[in-house]
Amino acid sequence: MPKRSSLDAVIVGAGVVGAACAYYATRAGLRVAVIDRGSVAGGTTGAGEGNLLVSDKEAGPELDLALLSAGLWRELAAALPHEIEYEDKGGLVVAPDEASLEALRSFAKGQRAAGVTAVEAGAGDLRELEPHLAPGLAGGFHYPQDAQVQPAQAAARLLAASAAEGALVHLGEEVTGLVVERGTVRGVRTRTRELLAPAVVNAAGTWGGRIAELAGTTLPVLPRRGFVLVTEPLPRVVRHKVYAADYIADVASGSAALQSSAVVEGTPSGPVLIGATRERVGFDRSLSVAALRRLASQAAALFPVLADVRVLRTYHGFRPYLPDHLPAIGPDPRVPGLLHACGHEGAGIGLAPATGVLIAAALSGAEPPLDPAPFKPDRPFGREPGPQGQQP
Amino acid sequence: MSRPTGDRSPRDLVGGAPRERYALRFDGRELTAESGQSIAAVLWSAGILAWRTTRDGGAPRGAFCGIGSCYDCLVTVNGRPNQRACLVPARAGDTVTTQEGTGRADLAV
Repeated sequence: MPKRSSLDAVIVGAGVVGAACAYYATRAGLRVAVIDRGSVAGGTTGAGEGNLLVSDKEAGPELDLALLSAGLWRELAAALPHEIEYEDKGGLVVAPDEASLEALRSFAKGQRAAGVTAVEAGAGDLRELEPHLAPGLAGGFHYPQDAQVQPAQAAARLLAASAAEGALVHLGEEVTGLVVERGTVRGVRTRTRELLAPAVVNAAGTWGGRIAELAGTTLPVLPRRGFVLVTEPLPRVVRHKVYAADYIADVASGSAALQSSAVVEGTPSGPVLIGATRERVGFDRSLSVAALRRLASQAAALFPVLADVRVLRTYHGFRPYLPDHLPAIGPDPRVPGLLHACGHEGAGIGLAPATGVLIAAALSGAEPPLDPAPFKPDRPFGREPGPQGQQP
Repeated sequence: MSRPTGDRSPRDLVGGAPRERYALRFDGRELTAESGQSIAAVLWSAGILAWRTTRDGGAPRGAFCGIGSCYDCLVTVNGRPNQRACLVPARAGDTVTTQEGTGRADLAV
């Protein structure tokens, strides 16, 4: 008989989602342990841009989650150290022509009904909002609720705040199995020990499918690669998160082929970040010059001033996506004791706090702040798109 | 064997001489460069040790590693900021200017 555990939950994954789950569970009075085979923010969190966006989400469950998160991030910005670099800078979506502006209008109409603030900007307003924007754009929409954090810092500070309240953090220790008794998950197993708890939260991001497998079930999380360009440090040349309208279509697309539409933003430390490509190539870490070239030229088309600015480096990561582009959040009815908090694709930083609150509510039996039904982990996912990556 | 004394350089020891000498300007001042010298070498030869200020605090910076690794010696060459002075060869007629911060304050909005 395993000895009784003093833990209420083991959270697998020290990315921003696992950290937010630990933060809100600890605040709910639960005792949790976070375990990760690597370091804090060592996977997709550390390879992100820190987007906290409502602007790119159509009205629906993901937008509701994003709006809840936007409010929670504002609270976190006051509660956590300033190193998380929270900036409520707002987003600006620009349309190259009248047809695309019209599409943005109907998109924004649905968002407004859901509680998003979206202000149409005429061609003249654009230059006022962003003086370096290319001339000739038809117009756009300003989304004051869009914000940004430094994602690795955000995850680390959430985790540190949890640890200060008693959460345990085990880094560099890989979960090699789950402890399952009569079909019920009772903890995790590593090479050297067992961590027992009545609940295990799968916050393993892009590698969440493997944790599901260890529990004897499935979750079709797949990697969607993205590159980001980092320029030399500049003074503030870009005020908002600025992107072209076709980014929204790229995010929602199910295609495996390379897609790119530049999202351009300044950072407190100076470099401009240019994201982001999307392609399904499994866990291929090789550099794609074609992808980088496209990204750079799109950024320079939006902001001609960037054409003369040097890119210092590039990084990439693997967004964890599920076929219907919604995360899996909550208890898995197929395996008692197992909860999922993964599959947030490129929105994991933004959606982390709301995910943490939902998981804390599920663990403590509290009333969730929004209906978690759309994120049920056992929902039908339909056909699984290829190519699939080998789990490294 | 006797050891070199005084300020004899390795080039003196082998009797070398620069192929040519030419002028460049640093912050309006004319300096003499020898072919093959990096911009940092020209500046050092003229007794100039700092040619950049940091973004935070405006502290002076010059060559540190001297081999292109540390990016401390950034400078504006012919109007282009963020050039590593220790790697960029000095060319006749170059205009080198002290780089303040990012060197692109003109772009700020």
